[in-house]
Amino acid sequence: MSSIEERVKKIVAEQLGVKEEEVKSEASFVEDLGADSLDTVELVMALEEEFETEIPDEEAEKITTVQLAIDYINQNLA
Amino acid sequence: MVSPLGNTVADSWAGIVNGKSGVAPIETFDPSAFSTHFSASVKNLALDEYMPAKETRKMDPFIQYGMVAGLQAVADSGLEVNEANAGRIGAAIGSGIGGIGSIEDTALTIEHKGPRRISPFFVPGAIINMIAGNLSIKYGFKGPNVAVTTACTTGTHCIGWAARMIMYGEADAMVAGGAEMATTPVGLGGFAAARALSTRNDDPQAASRPWDRARDGFVLGDGAGVMVLEEYEQARARGARIYAELAGFGMSGDAYHMTSPPEDGAGASLSMQNAVDDAGVALEAINYINAHGTSTPAGDVAECLAIKRIMGSAVDQVAVSSTKSMVGHLLGAAGAIEAIFSVLAIRDQVAPPTINLDDPDTGCDINLVPHTAQERPIEAVLSNSFGFGGTNGSLIFRRV
Repeated sequence: MSSIEERVKKIVAEQLGVKEEEVKSEASFVEDLGADSLDTVELVMALEEEFETEIPDEEAEKITTVQLAIDYINQNLA
Repeated sequence: MVSPLGNTVADSWAGIVNGKSGVAPIETFDPSAFSTHFSASVKNLALDEYMPAKETRKMDPFIQYGMVAGLQAVADSGLEVNEANAGRIGAAIGSGIGGIGSIEDTALTIEHKGPRRISPFFVPGAIINMIAGNLSIKYGFKGPNVAVTTACTTGTHCIGWAARMIMYGEADAMVAGGAEMATTPVGLGGFAAARALSTRNDDPQAASRPWDRARDGFVLGDGAGVMVLEEYEQARARGARIYAELAGFGMSGDAYHMTSPPEDGAGASLSMQNAVDDAGVALEAINYINAHGTSTPAGDVAECLAIKRIMGSAVDQVAVSSTKSMVGHLLGAAGAIEAIFSVLAIRDQVAPPTINLDDPDTGCDINLVPHTAQERPIEAVLSNSFGFGGTNGSLIFRRV
């Protein structure tokens, strides 16, 4: 089983159409990885699907970087 | 062009002049519970040669097909967009039905996973004007941006209206056409329920047989056709390769029935007559007609009567064929790919065949180009499209 970090990065790469090695932990979805507002909505949905959870909209809005996504999953699912 | 016979204009046209059929059993879903088990669908389209997966993922297949056809058309035209001309270049690309597969999938998502799982790209990935929209974003076309939607006349109307926009002075160039991908459970089931489709499941490639006595409905086709229309003097000045002149456009409404044409083809006649008048072309110069000819019992004969009425004594010299015998009925894309076939008929001086036409029906006693293409002088071509609701359109292209 891959780590949460690996799983998050894989989903980010798939959803945003970038290479996995470009998905650095500190990367911002919008500024570094070329996402627009709809991309980030869909990305959060993909994370919900992968980790079988529901991320409330007010929490989802705060998830703007790869690290913040990893942290959220770790805090809420680990 | 993306068609059941190939994913470029060259490949599709090679199939057309050689009388190939693009019809095959449906593989994208299990059609066994439906009355029809086959379609004329797109095969092996390498989307990643045209757009990154990140973009295509957000598009229903009909938008993907339209984008590929649009990218090919713009590349072929040599048209370059700059700050000075951006506002003078537009797009008019429609679809008869739009993203029906995406709508089905999303309805199932709501049913099985709930409304929270609806993709934020569902709406922009399914609505009809998104080929025109996405192309304008890609190239920076800031002129008119529309999508005429008139069932099976969509492609013809988009091209005709695009030409009118150029004539009216709203644009100097328009990227125009239509796209469709309705071979989904709801699309196939809907047309089957309307008793519009052939059920010749034992011999799919013989199913589309316009004017033949044994015809039993049309074959659902998928794909897209897009062409670039440009104001003549501008096109000449920049040294563009000009395939043909769009000389005339006519329209009419049947005012008769939701899905059937009047038996005498009156609506079709009026549409053709309006196009002939608009072009100011002599009937003797119309040497080829790309008919609507869908292979339905009522429509084919009515169109034949209408052609005889309009052409008068000039009917003896005209070749009339239905390329739908090979690619099926692409609904909103039909008029667009057929307009391209019409232009290529002029370029290559060849009338495409009507395959599977073994036994022409009563009243269909004109040259319907059975089985094999005919090389012949072609000065002008008339292309017809007729749609549910009784919406008709005719285009006339002339040799330059």
